[in-house]
Amino acid sequence: MYGLLISIGVLLLILVIWMVYRIQTLISVAKGSDKKIATTSNKVNAILFMVFLIGAGVLMFWYSFKEFDNYQLPIASEHGIVTDRLFWITTAVTGFIFILTHILLFWFSYHYQYKENKRAAYYPDNNKLEVIWTLVPAVVLTVLVVSGWKAWSDITSPAPENAHVVEIMGYQFAWDIRYPGADNQLGDYDYRLTTATNSRGIDFTDKNSFDDFASQTVVIPKGEPVLFKIRARDVLHSVFAPHMRLKMDAVPGMPTRFWFVPNKTTAEMRQELGDEEFDFEIACTEVCGNGHFSMRKVIEVVEPEEYRKWMAEQEPFIKRNPELVADLPAELKELADIYINEE
Amino acid sequence: MAVANVSAHDVSNHDHHDHEHKDNFITKYIFSTDHKMIAKQYLISGMFWAFIGGLLSVLFRLQLGFPDMDLSFLRPILGGWIDASGKLDPNFYLALVTMHGTIMVFFVLTAGLSGTFSNFLIPLQIGARDMASGFMNMLSYWFFFISGVIMFASLFLEKGPAAGGWVVYPPLSALEQAIPGSGLGMTLWLIAMTFFIASSLMGGINYITTVINLRTKGMSFSRLPLTIWAFFLTAVIGLLSFPVLFSAALLLVFDRSFGTSFYLSDIYIGGEALPNTGGSAVLYQHLFWFLGHPEVYIVLLPALGITSEVIATNSRKPIFGYKAMIISMLGITILSFVVWAHHMFVSGMNPFLGSIFMFLTLIIAVPSAVKVFNYLTTLWRGNLRFTPGMLFSIGLVSFFISGGLTGIFLGNSAIDIQLHDTYFVVAHFHLVMGAASFFGMMAGVYHWFPKMFGRMMDEKLGHVHFWLTFVGVYMVFFPMHYIGIAGFPRRYYSWTNFSFTDMYTDLNMFVSVASIITFVAQFIFIFNFFYSMYKGRKASLNPWQSNTLEWTTPLHPKHGNWPGEIPSVYRWPYDYSKPGAKEDFIPQTVPLSATPESNLPHENKLVQLEKEIMAEEGDVLVANETKES
Repeated sequence: MYGLLISIGVLLLILVIWMVYRIQTLISVAKGSDKKIATTSNKVNAILFMVFLIGAGVLMFWYSFKEFDNYQLPIASEHGIVTDRLFWITTAVTGFIFILTHILLFWFSYHYQYKENKRAAYYPDNNKLEVIWTLVPAVVLTVLVVSGWKAWSDITSPAPENAHVVEIMGYQFAWDIRYPGADNQLGDYDYRLTTATNSRGIDFTDKNSFDDFASQTVVIPKGEPVLFKIRARDVLHSVFAPHMRLKMDAVPGMPTRFWFVPNKTTAEMRQELGDEEFDFEIACTEVCGNGHFSMRKVIEVVEPEEYRKWMAEQEPFIKRNPELVADLPAELKELADIYINEE
Repeated sequence: MAVANVSAHDVSNHDHHDHEHKDNFITKYIFSTDHKMIAKQYLISGMFWAFIGGLLSVLFRLQLGFPDMDLSFLRPILGGWIDASGKLDPNFYLALVTMHGTIMVFFVLTAGLSGTFSNFLIPLQIGARDMASGFMNMLSYWFFFISGVIMFASLFLEKGPAAGGWVVYPPLSALEQAIPGSGLGMTLWLIAMTFFIASSLMGGINYITTVINLRTKGMSFSRLPLTIWAFFLTAVIGLLSFPVLFSAALLLVFDRSFGTSFYLSDIYIGGEALPNTGGSAVLYQHLFWFLGHPEVYIVLLPALGITSEVIATNSRKPIFGYKAMIISMLGITILSFVVWAHHMFVSGMNPFLGSIFMFLTLIIAVPSAVKVFNYLTTLWRGNLRFTPGMLFSIGLVSFFISGGLTGIFLGNSAIDIQLHDTYFVVAHFHLVMGAASFFGMMAGVYHWFPKMFGRMMDEKLGHVHFWLTFVGVYMVFFPMHYIGIAGFPRRYYSWTNFSFTDMYTDLNMFVSVASIITFVAQFIFIFNFFYSMYKGRKASLNPWQSNTLEWTTPLHPKHGNWPGEIPSVYRWPYDYSKPGAKEDFIPQTVPLSATPESNLPHENKLVQLEKEIMAEEGDVLVANETKES
C-alpha cells in the first residue's frame, strides 16, 4: 500500500518537473532568450559561485573550530608530537593556498561574467609568472618534504638496544600478543608449528622462547622505548594505534617493526580527558575479511615501575602449558623445566 | 608529405563508399568502426557503469550512515545478503566497496572517460577521417564490453563478487578460505580485468598512432588542442603501465590456481599451514601500484584536457600558458611512473625507499600547481559564459585544488603514518581523482553533446545538475577529512567496536544523506541526456563559437567526418578575443593571411611562408577556407 502511494507520489513529482521544464523551454523559445548569451541564468550562476564561496567558507571555519577537540585525537607518543606538528604546519600552508585559490577561482567567475559589449583580454602567456609559480611551490614543498623526511628518518631509525620488545601477530580477526620475558629475546617461530595450543607457532627448541609469555593487552611503560615486532599469520593486517600515531602493516612471511616512546599513561590520559573508560586501542587498517572492523586490542601504558612489576608476575607459555615442551631433547628439557618449576 | 597524400586518397574512397554502401543496423550501431559511434558506445556503457557504481556506494553508505536501519526492503534486490534481522552482510559490504572502486576507477573513469572522448575527439580535432585502425578500435570496445559482462555477472554469484578492496591485495585475494569473495568472484574479476587491459591497450595504441600519424596539414604538435595532448599522454601512460597490472594479475592467477608462491608465504589459515614459502605480498603491491598510481593520471589527465578546452572557449580567452600546460602534463606523465610506492609507506617496505618516494611524490605537486594557476589566470579578465560544461570545468578546478592539497599531507611519509588508510585518504582521492575526473567527463558531455547528437542539452537542467552535484560532492567528501583526521579506518563495516571511532554518527549520517541526494541528482542529467538526444533544440554548427576543427564538420558528420577535403590548419586553437579581430574567435582553419588586422608581429612573418604553401596547394583550397570562415 505504502509502496503504491510512494510510487504515485514520485510519478506526480516527475510529471510536475516535466511540465515546469516544458513550459520553461517554450517561454525561452518564445522570448528568443535561447539565442542570447548574457542571460539571467549566466548572472545567477556567477552569483551562486560567490554564495557558495562565502557559505561553504563560513561553514568550514565554523565546523573546524567547533569540532576541533573531537577530531583532534590526543597524542600519546613522542614522535606523535612531531608528526602532528608537521600535520598542522602543512594544514596552515595548504589551507592558505586553498582559501586563496578558491577566492580567486570564484571571484574571477563572478567578476568576469559575460557582458555583451565587453571583450576578454588576449593574454596567452607570461613566462615570468610561470617561473614564479613553479619556483614558489617548489620551494615551499621542499621545506615541507625536508622536515617530513627528518621526522620519517627518526621514526624509522633502528630501535634503541634497550627497547622493550612486544610481538603483535595479526590473524583473522584478532591480535595475539607475545612478550620476550626477562631476556628481552623472542623465541623463534615457524608458521608450520602452529597448533591450537601454540597459536603463534613458537619454536620451543629455541631457548629464548622459554620465558616468552602471552598477554591479553599490550602493556608498555611510559617514557621508555618500545619496539613492536609485527607479523601476520594469514592475510595482511595493519597495526594502527591512533593515539600513538603508529601504523605498520602486518605481512605474512615478512616481519615488520615500529618503535616509539609512549609519553602518557592510560591513567594520565583518563584524567586529562575526564573519561574513566578511556583506553588506548589498536585497530586494523588493512582490509582482511569480514571481521576487519572488529580487531580491537587495548594498549595499557603504565609507569615503568608498575611495568616491571607486571612483567615479573607473568607466567611463561611453557609454565602454563608444560605439554608444549614435552617432546624436547633431554638437555633442553632440563633447561625448560627450570622455567617451569620457577616460583 | 606522405600523410597528406594518404588522406587525400581516403577522400575519394570515402565518397564512393557513401554512395554505394548503406550501413545496416548492426554495422552502424553495434559492430561499428566509426570512431564517433564507438565513442558513443563507450559513453553509454560508462553511464550504465556509473549508475551501478553509484548505486553500490549508496548501499554501503546506508550501512555507514544508518547502522541500525532495517534494510529488509532491499531483500528483493540483495536477497540473502540481507540477514534475518535486516542487516547487511559484512562480507557483502566489503564486496560493495570493492566493486564500487573497481567499477568507478576502471569502467567509468578510464573506459567511460578516455574511451568516449579520446575516440570522439582525436580524429575530429586533429583532422582525421577516423582512427588509425577502425577495426582495432571496434575490438577495443567489444573487449571492454566482454569485460563488463563478466564483471557484471560476478555481482550475482552465490558467494559474491571480489571483496578484497579494489586493490585486491593477496593473500586475501588469493585464498578462498580468507573471504568468500576470493573464490569464483575473484576469478571473474581477474578475467574481466584481463579483457579490460587488452581493451585499453588496443585503444591506447590507436590513440597514439592516430595522433602521431593522422594529423591534418598544418596541425603540428604545437597547434594541437590541449585535449589531444592530454589524451595522447594518457594513452602513453596506459600503454606503459597496464601491462604491469596484467603481470601482477597473471602472477596472482598462478598463485590462486597453479600452486605457485609469488605472493604467498608462511600462511596458516583455516586450521592448516599452507605449503607456500618465499613469496612476497609486498611484491604484488609494487606491481599493482606501478599501474595504480599512473592510473590516477589516466583518469585525471583527460579531464584536465577537456577542462582546458572548455574553460578557454567559454572564457573567450586563450588558455594561459599553453606551453606551460603541455610541459606540466609531460612532467606529470613522467613523474607518474616514479611515485607509486607512496601508497606503501607503511607496508613494511624499506623506510629508505619511503624517503625517496616522498621526495618524488612532492615534486609531482609542482606541475599540478602550475596547471591550477594557469586555469585561474585563464579566467582572469575573461568574458565568462556559464554553459553547463563551463560550470563543471570550474567545479573540476575546485576539486583539483581541494583534493590536490590534501595529497601534500599524504605524500609526506611522516604524516602519512597516521592518515594512511583512513577516511582522509578516501576524501583525498575521491575529490582529486573521482569527482574531478567525473566533472571533467560531465563537462565533456555537455560541451560536445551538440557534436555527438546534433542537438543541444537543456542549459537550465544542466545548471541545476551542476549545482546539486557540486554542492553534493563537497557535502559528501569534505566531512570525511574530519572523520579521517579523527582516525576512522577505511573499509569498516561499523564503528562501534572502538571507542576512538564511536562518534560522528551524525556526520556519517549527513554524508550518507548527501550521497543519496547527489546520486538522485544524476537522474536530472540522465533525463536531460536522453531527452535532448531526441527532442533537444537543433544545434548550430558551432554553438560555443569554438576554434577547434570538430566544429567545421557537418551537423551530423558521416563516417569520414568531412564530406570533402579535410580542412588544413593555420594557427593554434586558442585565438580567442584576439585584438583587432572582428569576432572574438578565429577558428584554426582561418589562414593568418586572411586576418592581417589581428596578426601578431611574429605571425606576420609566417604569413609569407603560409602563402607559399598555399600557392602549392592550389587556389581551390584557399577559396574554400576563406568562404567557410
